[in-house]
Amino acid sequence: MTVSGSPADSASVPHLDVDPFDMKFFADPYPTHQRLREAGPVVYLDKWNVYGVARYAEVHAVLNDPATFCSSRGVGLSDFKKETPWRPPSIILEADPPAHTRTRAVLSKVLSPTVMKQVRDRFAAAAEERVDALLDKRSFDAITDLAEAYPLSIFPDALGLKAEGREHLIPYASVVFNAFGPPNELRQEAIARSAPHQAYVAEQCQRDNLAPGGFGACIHARVDEGEITATEAPLLVRSLLSAGLDTTVNGIGAAVYCLARFPDQWQRLRDDPTLARNAFEEAVRFESPVQTFFRTTTREVELAGVGIGEGEKVLMFLAAANRDPRRWDKPDSYDITRRTSGHVGFGSGIHMCVGQLVARLEGEVMLTALARRIAKIEITGEPKRRFNNTLRGLDSLPVTITPA
Amino acid sequence: MPAIIFIHSDGKSDRVETGEGESAMQAATRHGLDGILAECGGNAMCATCHVYVDASWLARLPDMADDEDALLDGTASERRPTSRLSCQIKFTPELDGLVVKLPERQV
Repeated sequence: MTVSGSPADSASVPHLDVDPFDMKFFADPYPTHQRLREAGPVVYLDKWNVYGVARYAEVHAVLNDPATFCSSRGVGLSDFKKETPWRPPSIILEADPPAHTRTRAVLSKVLSPTVMKQVRDRFAAAAEERVDALLDKRSFDAITDLAEAYPLSIFPDALGLKAEGREHLIPYASVVFNAFGPPNELRQEAIARSAPHQAYVAEQCQRDNLAPGGFGACIHARVDEGEITATEAPLLVRSLLSAGLDTTVNGIGAAVYCLARFPDQWQRLRDDPTLARNAFEEAVRFESPVQTFFRTTTREVELAGVGIGEGEKVLMFLAAANRDPRRWDKPDSYDITRRTSGHVGFGSGIHMCVGQLVARLEGEVMLTALARRIAKIEITGEPKRRFNNTLRGLDSLPVTITPA
Repeated sequence: MPAIIFIHSDGKSDRVETGEGESAMQAATRHGLDGILAECGGNAMCATCHVYVDASWLARLPDMADDEDALLDGTASERRPTSRLSCQIKFTPELDGLVVKLPERQV
């Protein structure tokens, strides 16, 4: 891949030797995020031959111009016009209008505010049950026993999945999000080991394997209405299996990690549990469980004065945008009363997370249950990071809780 | 400067200055107004910037799209014939003085 702009254009773009998919970067991305933001509105990363945007304004602009910055050539580093995708492309995430408009409408209906009202009580009851179990234990791993256990106790059932084989869900999602990255060890190893997970997922996406009334069955029901075809429905179910679980695991994990690290914010939540929903939202801004996505230019374009040629990959640093001091007051503070509207942790524009309402509901009811019944959360061991090319989260967070 | 009048559920009102191209939601959040959450940031995806448009103004607003209509079925406070999502009300000079009421709850 070459930079197709004129020499003058190329000269105006700061070139950085940063590898945003390196283990050392993952361990502490914040100094590099700052470097990327301060270098300019658009940067060029020589390591992977891609443009990058790390300031809020440019990330937001790229997200909201899907005609110029398309998704159909892949939202990872791999350009589907030049390389064969590792799996059949998503018909929603890796699609542009008008194809995207139709499939998006189906998932929007299946995961609408009206549907959330119907599942709310069930999700809240499961959160209470989870907290019961945690109160029995007192000391536990907040990732395995809370951030993973809670979504696993509701989301696969809400989808209508069979009980067997669910252990493939998180590993499958991990492959999907690693695969957006460059051909590094994380990606290559993930794909090499993906066959059994892919086979499981392909099977569960079929209509006969999805329980009536679940999100999966609701997607297939749209075939009968003529909104999607019978071959498209399993691929839309696959989208929920890919993006509906590991993301909320990392979102809830982020929220618990924040509240455990910042006891003043935990106390504010204890004093007013109605802040739970915003405490979750602020954790999504602060930690940005989905760190990055790519787009591909469909034409020559000027972005913040920088000329970019056609067919170039542009890497959006969502996490850096969410802490851009140009947009956020005290960006490095976790503040559960912050006005979070506009953060790009769920993206923005036509591809903004279609499951955002599910994520918020899970986060809200879980943090509400914790705040009402737990007085104190103490971190009792070294948190361990889980490494993924796209997702940011922990592998382990040992905690001890004190009942309220 | 042109403005939109937001009436809170307790009856108090705020006059919020705005300009062409800004949505009523953006004007409200820019002024730090309580009562508009806009969790999705204005993408017509969450139904937390719900308002009741004063009946005398309703006909002057552009028609709602199907996605807004569907989202309004899921609002936290009851949907009424005057319900709209404020992120979908783009300000134009004809809307100077627009009056909208805020619902009791957004989530």
